[in-house]
Amino acid sequence: MADQTKSKEIVGRGARDGAELFREWFSSLSDVAEKDGKNAYVFVMGSMNEILKAFDLPVVFPEINSLQTAVRKVAHEFLDEAEDYGYSPDICGYVKADVAVQLRGGDHPMGQIPKPSMAVYTNACNTYIKWAEIWERMYGIPIFTLDVPGTRQGGVVTSRGERSFENDRSYVEAQLRELITLCEEVTGKKFDIDKLREVLGHANDVSTSWSRVLELNSNTPSVFNALTDGTIYLGVANGFRGTAAGSTYFKNLVEEMEYKVKHRIGTLTDEQHRLLFVGVPCYPIFRRFNEIFAEWKGTFVNSTYLWFASGGTNRGFQYDLNRPIESLAEGVLLSVRDAMDSMFHQSMMVEEMLRDMNVDGVVYHPIKSCRTVSTGLADSRRYLMEQCDVPSLFIESDMMDKRVVSEAQMKNRIDAFFEGLETRRAQQSAVA
Amino acid sequence: MTYAAGVDIGSTQSKAVIIDEEGNIVATSLDDTGANVIQAAEKVFQQALKAANLREEEVDYVIGTGYGRYRVTFGNDQITEISCHARGAVKMFPDTRTVIDMGGQDTKAISVSAEGEIVDFCMNDKCAAGTGRFLGAAAQALDLKLDDLGVTALQAEKPVRISTTCTVFAESEVLSWLGKGKKLPDILWGVHQSIASRSMALLRRVGIEDKITFTGGVTRNVAMVKALEDRLETKLNVGEEAHYMGALGAALFALDHILNSRKPVSEVA
Repeated sequence: MADQTKSKEIVGRGARDGAELFREWFSSLSDVAEKDGKNAYVFVMGSMNEILKAFDLPVVFPEINSLQTAVRKVAHEFLDEAEDYGYSPDICGYVKADVAVQLRGGDHPMGQIPKPSMAVYTNACNTYIKWAEIWERMYGIPIFTLDVPGTRQGGVVTSRGERSFENDRSYVEAQLRELITLCEEVTGKKFDIDKLREVLGHANDVSTSWSRVLELNSNTPSVFNALTDGTIYLGVANGFRGTAAGSTYFKNLVEEMEYKVKHRIGTLTDEQHRLLFVGVPCYPIFRRFNEIFAEWKGTFVNSTYLWFASGGTNRGFQYDLNRPIESLAEGVLLSVRDAMDSMFHQSMMVEEMLRDMNVDGVVYHPIKSCRTVSTGLADSRRYLMEQCDVPSLFIESDMMDKRVVSEAQMKNRIDAFFEGLETRRAQQSAVA
Repeated sequence: MTYAAGVDIGSTQSKAVIIDEEGNIVATSLDDTGANVIQAAEKVFQQALKAANLREEEVDYVIGTGYGRYRVTFGNDQITEISCHARGAVKMFPDTRTVIDMGGQDTKAISVSAEGEIVDFCMNDKCAAGTGRFLGAAAQALDLKLDDLGVTALQAEKPVRISTTCTVFAESEVLSWLGKGKKLPDILWGVHQSIASRSMALLRRVGIEDKITFTGGVTRNVAMVKALEDRLETKLNVGEEAHYMGALGAALFALDHILNSRKPVSEVA
């Protein structure tokens, strides 16, 4: 029996502390904006937080700023503003919400967003490159593309010691050294390798804990909801990677999850259907979307989003602090490559999750805004249906644009999916 | 005698079916849904009771289906029309492997296994192209009764091609063809072809496997049946009760519930 006081203190701590860290983060960004301080705009798939933090550069995640407008149910105001300016309804909703934030001089529901001093991004999403060009034109800032070689073919993964891997690692390392030079120019600070070691140490802690947290959800009942709780943890993993605060947060989170496993405290009191989520969440109805599943006693035990949007840190890569830049290059190569694989070779990732998580069904959520994530989901689903005999649901909407989110239609499909799951379970029980 | 009922509240019409404990249909009822969904549900159910010469308390279990299923306030449970159409289709045509349900607001393609389990389903998304509403728009533009569309379309000699997929724009396209002097049947056959084409896309997504059962209100349209059969190159299962298939499926689920509740606990899966 769990101690009531301890239980109250520990259960839900990740969500509470995560929300607090988020408030502090946005408050600190408001301070930067007020002082017109230096900062870097970055993205979730290969944020390069490690190098930027070594220069004490505050990081701004425009993707997170944008999704926050949807969660706070004001995204339409931002999308309309960008469309009035001339952007097509078909352009990525994240880009448009950010354009509106820039047009408003940084006004955002969470605080004031500073103008960028530089932008760093990878090739994990082609829109990143075009998006950064907008800031380049708006503010005349330096932008830096980190070109990370992806997997050449699904399932063919190179590793340390192999020639092609070492070539790729050297290629990334050369770019990191260019990035360091750029950071020196932007900040006027000399690169401090010991500072980088300190940041990498914290990043190692976050990676270790994050992969452990994901692993703990293979327990029944699942100890966190990959869609709702998981998104909070993900935000902290991105924003606070390489910091002492991030390191402490994730150690506490592991403690919370282990406590919940030990005391069998699940996200639902009666977990009936364990689900995987493939895609990006439906932020315009973030809570409600999950509720429709929870009403059927279904919960999300894992999500490809928690893999690719954490920049691939789910694999728990550990930097070697004795050779920081070389090791960082290797970590970036492996993590960003893994993040891309989670988008482009989902079938393999989903099969891996199916093996480990005791899953009853898979929910595919392609979105209008993002071709990068959504293209290929239909193939992935067909492959899964043929190879794995697991029921799946395909529901289309968007991560930002409420105009293409129809809750009634969505609920109808979700209800039918669960009716099918329950019929299947009843038939399997009858046979057994 | 035991009776079960299904009440299907669609976007355009509401249907009720009462069955006996053998699963035989004893009464059906149909009416426009209108603005008051609760009232529509009550009305079709009462009409079905009257037709069956039954009192409300003689029906042991009622399941609501369709978009208005949660507004069937006197019902005991709700099940989606996706499950209900599949269930009804398999009951009436046990060889069914694919169901195409065309209603007022949406069209569904459903793939079912030999055991009657839903394997996959797909619906039109956030757009009424390829549904009964598309026919409604065409009828309005041409000042025709909905029921006359099919018969007129079958008289086509040189069908036109309706290129738009938007229900609203279809109306303008129909008018523009009229302006060009095209004959009414040729335009209407083009409209039916366009809907059949949209439906084929849904069917391909779930996989087309014979036999295919056509359900929903649009089954009453003979040209729509022909257009789909031409595209699919096969004869469709279309029963007299096709319009009531959702309500029938709901009634069958209701009967399952009644019969299961009579079994000893050990026999209930």
